[in-house]
Amino acid sequence: MRLALRGTAPRWLTPVLLLITVVVTFAITAGPIRAAGAAPGAAYERYVLTPLSSPASFYEVLLAATPLLFTGLAVAIAFRSGYYNIGAEGQFLAGAMGATAVALAWPDLPRGIALPVAFVAGAAGGALWALIPALLRVKLDIDEVVTTLLLNPVALLLLQGMLNGPWRNPVNQFPESQAFSGSYVLPSVIPGARVHLGFVIALALAVLAWLVISRTATGLRMRAVGLAAPAARFSGVSVQRTLLGSALASGAIAGLGGMSQVCGLQGQLTGEISSNFGYTGIVVATLGGLTALGVVLVAVLLADITVGAESAARVLQLPPQMGQVLTAVLLLVTVSLLVFRRYRLVLRPSRPPASTRQPSTPTAEHAGVSP
Amino acid sequence: MIDILALIGAMLVAATPLIYAATGEVLTERAGILNLGIEGTMYAGAFSGFLVAAKTGSPWLGLAAALVLGVVAGALMGLLVVTLGVNQHVAGIGTTLLLIGASEFTNRLLYGGGALVQIDKFGLLFPDVPVLGQYVLTYVALIVVVPFVWWLLRATGFGLRVRAVGENPEAADAAGISVARTRYAALMGGGALMAAGGAFLTLAVVGTFTLNISNGRGWVCIALVIFARWRVWPAVLGALLFAGVDALQLQLVITPAFSGIPRELMLALPYLVVIAALAASGRGLVYPGAYLKPYRRA
Repeated sequence: MRLALRGTAPRWLTPVLLLITVVVTFAITAGPIRAAGAAPGAAYERYVLTPLSSPASFYEVLLAATPLLFTGLAVAIAFRSGYYNIGAEGQFLAGAMGATAVALAWPDLPRGIALPVAFVAGAAGGALWALIPALLRVKLDIDEVVTTLLLNPVALLLLQGMLNGPWRNPVNQFPESQAFSGSYVLPSVIPGARVHLGFVIALALAVLAWLVISRTATGLRMRAVGLAAPAARFSGVSVQRTLLGSALASGAIAGLGGMSQVCGLQGQLTGEISSNFGYTGIVVATLGGLTALGVVLVAVLLADITVGAESAARVLQLPPQMGQVLTAVLLLVTVSLLVFRRYRLVLRPSRPPASTRQPSTPTAEHAGVSP
Repeated sequence: MIDILALIGAMLVAATPLIYAATGEVLTERAGILNLGIEGTMYAGAFSGFLVAAKTGSPWLGLAAALVLGVVAGALMGLLVVTLGVNQHVAGIGTTLLLIGASEFTNRLLYGGGALVQIDKFGLLFPDVPVLGQYVLTYVALIVVVPFVWWLLRATGFGLRVRAVGENPEAADAAGISVARTRYAALMGGGALMAAGGAFLTLAVVGTFTLNISNGRGWVCIALVIFARWRVWPAVLGALLFAGVDALQLQLVITPAFSGIPRELMLALPYLVVIAALAASGRGLVYPGAYLKPYRRA
C-alpha cells in the first residue's frame, strides 16, 4: 500500500473528503465525550447547531469569530509567502498594548480621531513585534519559526509587566488597565448584540487580502516566493523584500486583532486578552486553505464550536476543553485527508518483486541503463 | 549576595527537562523532521506521568507511562508527516494543541480542575550536598541519556541511517534504508525523551500537575537545537545557559539591589538571551538536507 501522485483530482473528491473528515472527527471524539458522561449526538448538536439556532447566539458566534478572523488572515498572508509566522499570538498582544498605550495617553480625543489613532497604534504594535524575527530571517537567514515562537511568551510577560506596573488600575489596584474612555470603544454594529465594528473591519480586511493576493502584482510576488523562492528570485522578484513585507503585514493584521479585542469587547486591557487566538489563527489559516474566503468560513466554524463548547459545558457538564480537542482533531484529520487530493492510495506493493532487485543477476532494468 | 552553589544546583534542575526534550528534538530533526509537537508532548508527558503516579503511588510507573505516551505522540507525528506527508509546521502545532487539550480535558474530568493532588515524587540523590544534591533523572540525563544519544547518532548503524534519511533520503533509499521506518523510529524515540522531560516537571520538581506546566519550554528546545546546530552536547550547553539565566533571575528577584527591576523583565530574560544567541551564532547555519521535506519515491 502506498501513495502515488495523481494527475488531476476529480471534482467530487473534495466534498467527499470533507464529508469523510466530519465523520472521522466525530468518530474520534465520540470516545472522550462518552467518557465525560454525555451522549455524542447531543454534544455535536450543542457544538455545531445550537449556536446557530437563534439570532442572539449567532451574533455571539460572530463576536467570537472576530479575533480569529484577524489572526487567521495574518497567518494566511505570511504562510502564502512561505514565511512561517508562528508569532501571531505575540503580535496580537503587542497590538492590544499599542492601542492601550494611546487610549491611556490621550483619553480625551474625540471618537473620529481616537479610533483611527488606536487602529494605527494596534497595527504598529503588531508590526513592530513582527519586525525583529523578520529582520533576523531576511538579514541573517535565521528560521522565523523559532524566533516568532519565542517572542510569544515575551509579549505576554511584557503585557503582565505593564499591567503590574505603569498601567495598573489606580482605582481598585487590580492588574488590569483603567476602562478606556468611550471614544475608544468600537461601537456595536447590530443593535442589542455585542458584535462590534471590529468584525466589519475584519471582513473588510479579508476582502482586501483576497484582492491583494489574487489580483495584484504584490500578491503574485508573494505567491511566487511562497511556492518556489529560487524560481521567484531568478525571475527578478526581491525575495527578501517580499518576505519582509508579508511578515510586517501579517504582524500588523494580528496587531489589529488585538486592538479590536481591547477596544471592542473589553474596553480595557487585561492579562487574559488573548485566549490562544494567535495559535488558533494557524488552525484557521490552514483549514481555510490559506485563502481569505476559507479563513472567514473556518473562523466562523471554530467560533461556532467555541460558543457551543460553553453551552455544552453548561448544559451537558462537558469540560469546555473538549472544544479545543475537537478543533485540534478536526485540523489533523482535515490536513491528513486533504493529502488525498494530490495523492491516491495504491494497493499493490511499492517495491518491484525481489528478483529484479538482486544486483548479482543482470536484469532488464540494469540492461536498460547500461550502454 | 548571590549564592553560587545554590545557583548551579537550581540551574541543573531547570536544565533537566530541557536536556531531555532538546536531545529528543535533535534526534527527530537529524532525521529531517521538525517536531513542533514537542510542547504538547512535554505537556502530556507531564500530565500522564502525574496521573499514573497519582493512581499507583509510584513515580517510576508515572515515568513509564510518560515514555509510552511520548512514543505514541511520536508515532502520531510519524503518521502525519512521514506516511501522509502533511506540512510539518501544521502537523506539529496541531499535535501540540491536541495533546494539551486532551491533557486538560482529562484533568478536568478526573480532578474537576480544583483540588491539587500531591504525589509521591522522586527524591534527591545526596540531598545534603550542594550542587550534587540532584534528582536521579538529572543524573540519568547527563550520564546515560545524552552520552547514549550522542553515541547512537555518531557511531551506530541506526545513527548513520537517521543522519542519512535526514540529509539525503533519495540516496538512503537507494542504499536500501527504509526512510519511513527510520523516521518513525527517530520520532518515537525523540517523543519518549520529550515526554520524559515533561514528566520530570511533575514527578520531580512540582509533585503535582498545574495548568500551563510546560510553559513554552518545548519552544525553547526548538531554539536550542538550532543554536546547537543539531548536535547533542551543544544542545546540553544551550540548555544549561538558558537554565542558568533562569536560575539567576530567580536569585536576582530576591536580591535587594535588583528589587527595582520588574519581575516580568527577569522572566523574559532567558527567552531574549536565546534569541540573541541565535542571532549571534546564526550566520551560515546548515540545516539537515531534508529538513521539512516529506519523502516519496518518484
